Amino acid sequence: MMMKPKIATASLAGCFGCHMSFLDIDERILQLIELVDFDKSPIDDIKEFTGRCAIGLIEGGCANEDNVHVLQEFRKHCDILVSVGDCAITGDIPALRNNIPLKECLEEAYLNGPTVYNPEKIIPNDKELPLCLDRVYPCNEVVKMDYFLPGCPPSGDAIWQAVVALLNNKPLDLPYELIKYD
Amino acid sequence: MGITKRVVIEPVTRVEGHGKVSLLLDENNKVTQARFHVVEFRGFERFIQGRPYWEIPVLVQRLCGICPVSHHLAAAKAMDRIVGADKLTPAAEKIRRLMHYGQMFQSHALHFFHLCSPDLLFGFDADPKTRNIIGVAIKYPELAIQGVMMRKYGQEIIKATAGKKIHGTGAIPGGVNKNLSIAERDIFLKDINQMFDWAKSALNIAKDYTLKNLDKLKPFASFDSNHLSLVRSDGAMDLYHGNLRAITADGKKIFDQVDYSNYCDYLTEEVKSWSYMKFPFIKSLGPKDGWYRVGPLARVNTCDFIDTPLAEAARKEFKALTGGKPNNITMAYHWTRMIELLHSIEKINELLHDKDLQGTDLVVKGKRRNEAVGLIEAPRGTLFHHYKVDDNGLIVMANLIVSTTNNNEAFNRSVQKVAADHIDGVAKITEGLLNHIEVAIRAYDPCLSCATHAMGKMPLIVTLYDHNGNEIDRKIKE
Repeated sequence: MMMKPKIATASLAGCFGCHMSFLDIDERILQLIELVDFDKSPIDDIKEFTGRCAIGLIEGGCANEDNVHVLQEFRKHCDILVSVGDCAITGDIPALRNNIPLKECLEEAYLNGPTVYNPEKIIPNDKELPLCLDRVYPCNEVVKMDYFLPGCPPSGDAIWQAVVALLNNKPLDLPYELIKYD
Repeated sequence: MGITKRVVIEPVTRVEGHGKVSLLLDENNKVTQARFHVVEFRGFERFIQGRPYWEIPVLVQRLCGICPVSHHLAAAKAMDRIVGADKLTPAAEKIRRLMHYGQMFQSHALHFFHLCSPDLLFGFDADPKTRNIIGVAIKYPELAIQGVMMRKYGQEIIKATAGKKIHGTGAIPGGVNKNLSIAERDIFLKDINQMFDWAKSALNIAKDYTLKNLDKLKPFASFDSNHLSLVRSDGAMDLYHGNLRAITADGKKIFDQVDYSNYCDYLTEEVKSWSYMKFPFIKSLGPKDGWYRVGPLARVNTCDFIDTPLAEAARKEFKALTGGKPNNITMAYHWTRMIELLHSIEKINELLHDKDLQGTDLVVKGKRRNEAVGLIEAPRGTLFHHYKVDDNGLIVMANLIVSTTNNNEAFNRSVQKVAADHIDGVAKITEGLLNHIEVAIRAYDPCLSCATHAMGKMPLIVTLYDHNGNEIDRKIKE
């Protein structure tokens, strides 16, 4: 029996909406599990890569050190890496913080907010918390990305057609109505 | 001092709330500390300052791709107040309600079928290789398809009312930007009986599971707590709008019918160094006793009745279990979530038969205000949005208490309880043990759980260190 190609997915600094949009392929998910095996992904809970992957789908940009490590792992293990959605492509909404010093963002949330109760003026700083990066980076500024699927999020149809085309070595030629930039 | 072990349970590929659990054990393997950390920070409160108010309903929903409609509507409700729209037109309010019940339906179906059914069907200790939605699809294909198709139905309703399935644009300050056409309505009416049947059967699965395993579930991750939600002015469950009610673990009212614009007078949030997620509590009770739970269990506990017949019958049956008192069993979240699933489809049915949905009067405006609060009952609990806007219409202050944050203390209590009951005194960590902690957190349907195990379950690494930080044991659960 032919080995099925593997697919892996990750969600970095995004909202998980692109993964939800992936779920919007609805009943085609049953077709998908005939076509591919899932490797590292929230889908099946595989934590370490188990082998070479044909496709890696990345949602979200890089906002902290953990995001960078995960993205580098994906580049190492995937033949084709796709930026899925606007956060991966540009940093998008999370990158609105790039024009503001990180300190101000933290102070607003933990010191200044109208419902804050913080007599000791604590800003969360435990060693269990990963370090935030100075700004939010699009994935292609951290590793080489091979394809970019725009949209916030790209529709389930767009993700489906892109994945099927890549699996079949076909050019990624999405019809006009599936390409959205919102 | 004997050897202290630090156990870290860390989900790996996280976005909407990187979460982890840390446990400290003493030389006798007794748990001395158990914490649930949220390790992600984005800074929305600050970076939306300077943006125009009309942009906020579409901007802040990008907090969460799992229930964006909640943020979209909570922000829109605040912006209604900003533009002085104190009462929406019937068409606008009903379109928004339809959108909201569509989201409730899809989100609850997603959580129950895609995320939790593997635990309930296969058991907490089942083989992790099959304990996921793909395993369910192979062993129970009909059930998996029902979950997928219910979620799809809800998503299609969101698309018809908001323009897109995820991050739509339907709600605008003062109303909505489209109504529902007859053709759109008829598509939904065609399938509604099927949805009723499936929702009823989902409720039965959750109910039967809870009753069958009651002895095991009663103590599991459970504790007495206060409960908080919006209720309608007559005490009915209302997921879109109402006033704040909080009750104690045995049903005594702490406050009732509070205008949510004054939420700051009743609630506050404690900051702790070890989590980016704050710890809300009821001011009058203080941080030690004032914490509470939100979400389906809290809503079924706080409301006096549900205004749709099938869900009301289900609520009564649920309440009978505790003699009418609030239910504090953590795993009962699943049952109550399915009561709400059924309530949502009843509401959708009601709305689809309402001619106001084809109304054309969609937006109202009044006297501009510079400050407003918007609340909604999101799938995961009460969601608070609070904004101040300057005379140019730009945001100068934003305060958000998201649903999952309200349950922060409860997550920690649940983790502590599972640790005390199942880990205390145990020298060797097992995979099944890890899943017990995961099952407890998952019962609340936290947004971070959606993010972390949206289609399956959380991958976890547990590393055991000695007091010098040397790794002595490591387990990876796949």
